[in-house]
Amino acid sequence: MREEFFPTFDSVSVFVDPWLSGFESTFQVVLMGFFVCLACGVIGNFVVARRLALVGDAISHSLLPGIAIAFVFTSSRSLPAMLIGAAVAGVLTTVLIELIHRKSRVKPDAAIGIVFTTLFAVGVVVISIWLDNVHLDADCVLYGEIGLVPLRESFILSGANLGPLPIAIMGAVALLDILLVIVFYRVLLVTSFDAGLARSLGMPVNTTHYGLMIALALTIVAAFEAVGVVLVVAMLIFPAVTVGFFFERLPALLFGVAPLSLAYSLGGFHLARWLDCSIAGAMVVTAGALFVVAWFFGPKGGLIYRSRALGFLFATSKQKISPQIVG
Amino acid sequence: MKVLRTIPVFVLLVFFAFPALVHAARIGDVTDTDWGEQTFRFLSLRDAAVRNAVLGSVFMGVSCGLFGGYVVARRLALFGDTLSHAVLPGVALGFLWSRSKDPVAIFIGATLAGLLGTVVVAWIRKTTRVKEDSALGLVLSGFYAVGICILTVIQQMEFGNQSGIDKFLFGQAAALSSEDVSLMGVVAIGALMMVTLFNKELLVTSFDEGFARSVGVPVEFIRYVLLVGLTFAVVTSLQAVGVVLVSALLITPAATAYLLTDRMGTLLLLSALFGVAGGLLGSYGSFLGNNLPTGPFVVLACTSFFAIAFFCGPKHGLASKWLRRRNRVRQVSLENTMKAAYQVLEAGDFAKESVTVGALAARRRTSVTEARREADDLVNAGFASMLGSDDAGPRYSQDARLFLTPAGWERACQIVRNHRLWELYLTNEVRYAADHVHEDAEKIEHVLGETVVRHLERILKDPRRDPHGKVIPSLEDIERGSGLSTNPASATGYFQQN
Repeated sequence: MREEFFPTFDSVSVFVDPWLSGFESTFQVVLMGFFVCLACGVIGNFVVARRLALVGDAISHSLLPGIAIAFVFTSSRSLPAMLIGAAVAGVLTTVLIELIHRKSRVKPDAAIGIVFTTLFAVGVVVISIWLDNVHLDADCVLYGEIGLVPLRESFILSGANLGPLPIAIMGAVALLDILLVIVFYRVLLVTSFDAGLARSLGMPVNTTHYGLMIALALTIVAAFEAVGVVLVVAMLIFPAVTVGFFFERLPALLFGVAPLSLAYSLGGFHLARWLDCSIAGAMVVTAGALFVVAWFFGPKGGLIYRSRALGFLFATSKQKISPQIVG
Repeated sequence: MKVLRTIPVFVLLVFFAFPALVHAARIGDVTDTDWGEQTFRFLSLRDAAVRNAVLGSVFMGVSCGLFGGYVVARRLALFGDTLSHAVLPGVALGFLWSRSKDPVAIFIGATLAGLLGTVVVAWIRKTTRVKEDSALGLVLSGFYAVGICILTVIQQMEFGNQSGIDKFLFGQAAALSSEDVSLMGVVAIGALMMVTLFNKELLVTSFDEGFARSVGVPVEFIRYVLLVGLTFAVVTSLQAVGVVLVSALLITPAATAYLLTDRMGTLLLLSALFGVAGGLLGSYGSFLGNNLPTGPFVVLACTSFFAIAFFCGPKHGLASKWLRRRNRVRQVSLENTMKAAYQVLEAGDFAKESVTVGALAARRRTSVTEARREADDLVNAGFASMLGSDDAGPRYSQDARLFLTPAGWERACQIVRNHRLWELYLTNEVRYAADHVHEDAEKIEHVLGETVVRHLERILKDPRRDPHGKVIPSLEDIERGSGLSTNPASATGYFQQN
């Protein structure tokens, strides 16, 4: 059984062949993965800092009915329709969660749980009744089909073929996210870490929150068909948390997303190539492995640096017993 | 916990009630596959698959509903979601190990994966600065990704394709085997036993952990037992509702029950009932739609129960709350009108028996039309009767005369008494300035009950007059209205000349 599950590891067929025989599609898949991780990682830093990780999970699930219903009406993968559907679903999610926990005694966590499972169920029902095997597969919702991206129609701008459309869109979204973070850096920084201070400085705290939510929804919509609704959450959280074991300042956290994205994308692609499994899943497995490495070896709060037994090795460093790590 | 004992009875009832229909309904045309026929097939329990699906839904509803009560009470809803995703690699490994859909192997694998996920969440939180939500998200998506990878590998293998392993993602109640169902039954019975045995401990640790610790309840042990039970419930429900949506079965029925009751025992009973009903409706729905995935239908059924309770629940429902508020507003408005009528009568030293609508309007500082409407409301509520000018048109509305009925007089006296007593209490006992007490009394006059009034009267030594020198209506005044008292020594003097 072992041989069956783990095919013999042949470095040539895993690492070299895909780049030699099918360079274009390999490059496109890796690029798509990179863009997905980049866009999600940049937004994800703020999501993690604001403790919205599970809200991100809820939103990514509840956008599904919006996307699915947009599919039913336009019967195509038209991005504007999907975005409108997703935006409606996103607003509906927020409104319903607020309604339930304001107007009844149900706690916010249960309200989130009820709303996102319901909307996701609506999405799955819509897909399995009207769309199954035609435009959108129910399973694709759960783990994406990034491997099929090279087969999609091309994006042609003034005669020049710029590769498959999803890649162009994902790249544009990643670029947009980065630009937004650069432009609104100060506001995002202060509102994420000290909302009280931001308010006293006259910063638009609520507007920033909703702006971030819209950017998050946009990113999730663009990434959804590549990696599915559950794994997109991993792309949001893993980069920020992993870099957090090496750096503490926000610029470093943001810059750290790029090399990690490349690592996830390449590592995931080759792992999937070896095991013949879902690429998106393998990307997250890579992310998980890197997280575990950082958890053990990261200089800021990594397990080894914290351990008493090995503490003497790092006695000179200040974070031998770092106060903010305790507890 | 008497209510809990009724759950097994209910389970048995459902079990016996459905086969009874087989004899009641005639066996119709079999070739037709419209929804009526499908419904009949479902209800008659003719197929083994349907029987398994129904029994499975019942067991699933009981175990998830019971544990869900504690999930909601302890605010573990998002933890439940994480747990349900984290079991996926265990499901896949169990499948890989047994090379078939062997329930026991899958059960063991999934339980281990779920417990490992729990441990990892706790470990991340203990050893790092990562916040709880991120820790849950990491485990949720990381474990899930491992599961997806193994699952997609299995689907490439020769035995994996026809295995129905993909049914674990969205659930398929019709694919339950009898071994699956008996495993679910064991877990449901275990859940029932656990809830009955540890009822007191679970209750006290769920709501006041500090107190539980101080009275010597093994809090950690109870939490551990609960987590293991929760994992069992999630794992056995996987095949019927799927990995992604099983958390809804933990949260929604319990949240629905939470809207309907304040007692934990009733909550657990209702939660299990909603879970069972949602499971049955869901598997019926998926059966109707030619074996669509069950999970989404179960979730939608549970959510519709929640929506009904949310809007129409007797105590906490939105519609009920709105109705109650509207009644209160109407009551306050009626009482204010009666109070104004009393004050008009008082201004004339109770020489007249009636109040004109014009005088009422002047007193209430509203238009005559508005005062007329208020007077009509009073008449409709039986607190007053009206004489004249109905046919003369709205122009003469202000001359219409309003007579308080005995009930109206009684309530008006009570309201005025409450108001003035409270003003006196604030000035004499709380030492408020006399010009600051009116607004407060305006609010409290509508809610003071007789017990508090007696108490105030005792504190204030049966006062006759309020801080502004106005007479406080006495009990005699109130009772004269209903003809209970013939004592002529009333404070206001009203009715004496009648």
